[in-house]
Amino acid sequence: MGKVLMKGNEAIGEAAIRAGCLNYFAYPITPQSEVAEYLSRRLPEAGGVFLQGESEVAVSYMIFGAAAAGARIFTTSSSPGISLMCEGISYIAAAQCPAVFVNIMRGGPGLGGILPSQADYFQATKGGGHGDYRMLVMAPASVQEAVEMVMTAFPLAEKYRNPVMILGDGLIGQMMEPVEFPDDLRSEPSNKDDWATNGMDTRRSDKRNLVKSLFLDPDQLNRNNLALKAKYDRMNREEVRYETYHMDLDYRVLIVSYGTMSRVCRTAIDNLAEEGIDVGMIRPQTLFPFPVQQVHDAAQKQSCVHVASIEMSMGQMVEDVQRALQGVKPVSWYGKCGGDVPTPEEIMEFVRTLL
Amino acid sequence: MGKTFQRPEALSDAVTHYCPGCTHGIIHRLIAEVIDELGIRGRTVGVAPVGCAVLAYNYFTFDFQEAAHGRAPAMATGIKRVRPDLMVFTYQGDGDLASIGMGEIVHAANRGEKFTTIFVNNAVYGMTGGQMAPTTMPNQRTTTSPFGRRVDEVGMPIKVAELLAALQTPGYIVRQTVISPKYIKRAKRAIKQAFTYQKEGRCYSFVEVVSTCPTNWGMTPMEAIQWTQDTMLPYYELGELKTPETTD
Repeated sequence: MGKVLMKGNEAIGEAAIRAGCLNYFAYPITPQSEVAEYLSRRLPEAGGVFLQGESEVAVSYMIFGAAAAGARIFTTSSSPGISLMCEGISYIAAAQCPAVFVNIMRGGPGLGGILPSQADYFQATKGGGHGDYRMLVMAPASVQEAVEMVMTAFPLAEKYRNPVMILGDGLIGQMMEPVEFPDDLRSEPSNKDDWATNGMDTRRSDKRNLVKSLFLDPDQLNRNNLALKAKYDRMNREEVRYETYHMDLDYRVLIVSYGTMSRVCRTAIDNLAEEGIDVGMIRPQTLFPFPVQQVHDAAQKQSCVHVASIEMSMGQMVEDVQRALQGVKPVSWYGKCGGDVPTPEEIMEFVRTLL
Repeated sequence: MGKTFQRPEALSDAVTHYCPGCTHGIIHRLIAEVIDELGIRGRTVGVAPVGCAVLAYNYFTFDFQEAAHGRAPAMATGIKRVRPDLMVFTYQGDGDLASIGMGEIVHAANRGEKFTTIFVNNAVYGMTGGQMAPTTMPNQRTTTSPFGRRVDEVGMPIKVAELLAALQTPGYIVRQTVISPKYIKRAKRAIKQAFTYQKEGRCYSFVEVVSTCPTNWGMTPMEAIQWTQDTMLPYYELGELKTPETTD
C-alpha cells in the first residue's frame, strides 16, 4: 500500500488495526473523537470489537479487564479524559498488564480549551495516577510518526507488561498528512498464558491465574514495586529514542523540543542559520525514558552557551532538561499554553535573547 | 456408600478471613457449586470488588481479576467483549456497587452485557469498618451515621434490583437471601439460573443477596439473622423482578 492522505486521528485508529489490535473502548472528547468515529465503522468491518463506554473511568477498566484477559487493547482520549483514566492506568501498571493509551493533548488545567497543548507532560511521564509507576511515553512529531509509534507501542507494552502512552498534541490528531502503514511494524500478540486470566481451558492448564494489585504484606508490596522499578530501569537503558537536528554544527544554543513544537523549532533553526546563528536541537521521541545522557552530552559542546526547552506548556519538560544538565549549562524555558503554537519568529526572538 | 457432601472443586481450602456469622462464605460456596454443576470452571473468570470480598479470589480455584472500587462491571465488560466464550461474573458489595460503582453497574446492565453480577447487600461498608452505605436502613446506626440514617438528610436506601429492573435491556434481575436453609436453596437456584442465562448467551443477569454483617451491625450472628428478617426483608423484597421470559 502506498501513501494515503489521512487525518491524524483516523491514521492512529488505522495504525492500531494494522498493528494487530482489534479491540478498542473509548469515550468521546475533543480533539480526538475522530478516532472513535473512525473505528466504530472500521473495527466491525475488520472483525474487531468497538465499544463506547459510559465514562473515561469505565473505559480505563474495560481496558484493564480486556488486557488482563490477554487481549491486545487500546484507547484514545484527550487531557481531561486521561485525568479520569489515570486511576485505571495506575491499577494496570501495578497489575503488570499491557495496554496502549493515546493522549491527544488539549489545553488545561480544568476544561482548559480544545486547541493543541503539551501540558500533560508531567501527567504522562511522572505518574498521573497514584503510586510508583511509569508509562513508556512516545511523542510523535508527524502523522507518519504517530502511525509508527502506535504500531510499535503494542509489542513494547507486551514486552514490558506495562501501559504505553502515545502523547500527541491536538495538531497531530487534527492535521492531514500523507501516511503509509509499514507492513514490517505489524506484530503478533505475545503468548500471555503464564499470567493472563484467559480461562484455564484456553491455556490447557490446571493452574489458575490471578491479576491483582493488592499486596497487604509490606514485603510483598515492596517486592512488586521493585519488580516495577526493574522494568522502568530497563526502559531507561534500552528504550530511549530521540532525533537530532543541526548537531554537527558548532551550535551556540541547544534546543530541546518535542512533538509539533519541534517542527516549528526546525524552521526557526533554519532561519537563524541564515542569520549566522547556529542552533542545534534534540527532539526526544520517548519522554519516558527521557534522553538524559544525550541531552547532557550535547550541552557539553564547547560552543554551546545555553540550553532552551521549548514546549507548549508553562515549563514542564524543562525540569527533565535541568535534571539532565546537572547545572553544566544555563537552561531556559520558552512556551505558550493557550492553544496557539509559538511561531518561528517568536522562537527566533527568544533564542536571540539568550546570546 | 460414597461421599454425599464435599467441597466443590471450584472452592479452595483456604482458611476464611470473613467474620463469624458473615454470609459471604455461604454465597461463595453456592457460586462454586453452581460452577461445578455447570462444568464451567475452566472457562470462568471472576472479578473481585473492593470491600470485604476483595480477597474472594483466595476461595476460588479459577481465574480471577481484582477491580478498583466499583469498577468490576467495567472490567467484566472488557473481558466479555473480547472473550465472549468465557463465563464472567462480578462479585460486589453494596458500597462498591451501589455507591461508587453505580455508574458502571447501570451502564453494564443497560448494555445487556452477557455477564453475571452477584450483589451482596449487607447494608453497610464492611472492610472499612462499618460506615453508612446507600443501602443502609432508615435509622440504622453506623460509624458515619452514629444517630441513625436520617432519610431527610441522605434519602431512603437504594433498591438496586428494582432500579436495574426499571431498565428495558437487562434480562434477569432477582433478589434472594441466605439467612436460612430454605432461602439458601432459593438463592442457589437464582445463581444457577443467572449463570445458565449467561451460558446460553442470553442476557445480563443480576442476583442481589440480602446478607448479614454481625460485626459492623454490633450483633451476634443470630441477632443479625433476625434483624435481616425483621428489618431488611420487608424493604428489600425477595423474588424475581425480571426474567428473560417476561422481558422478551
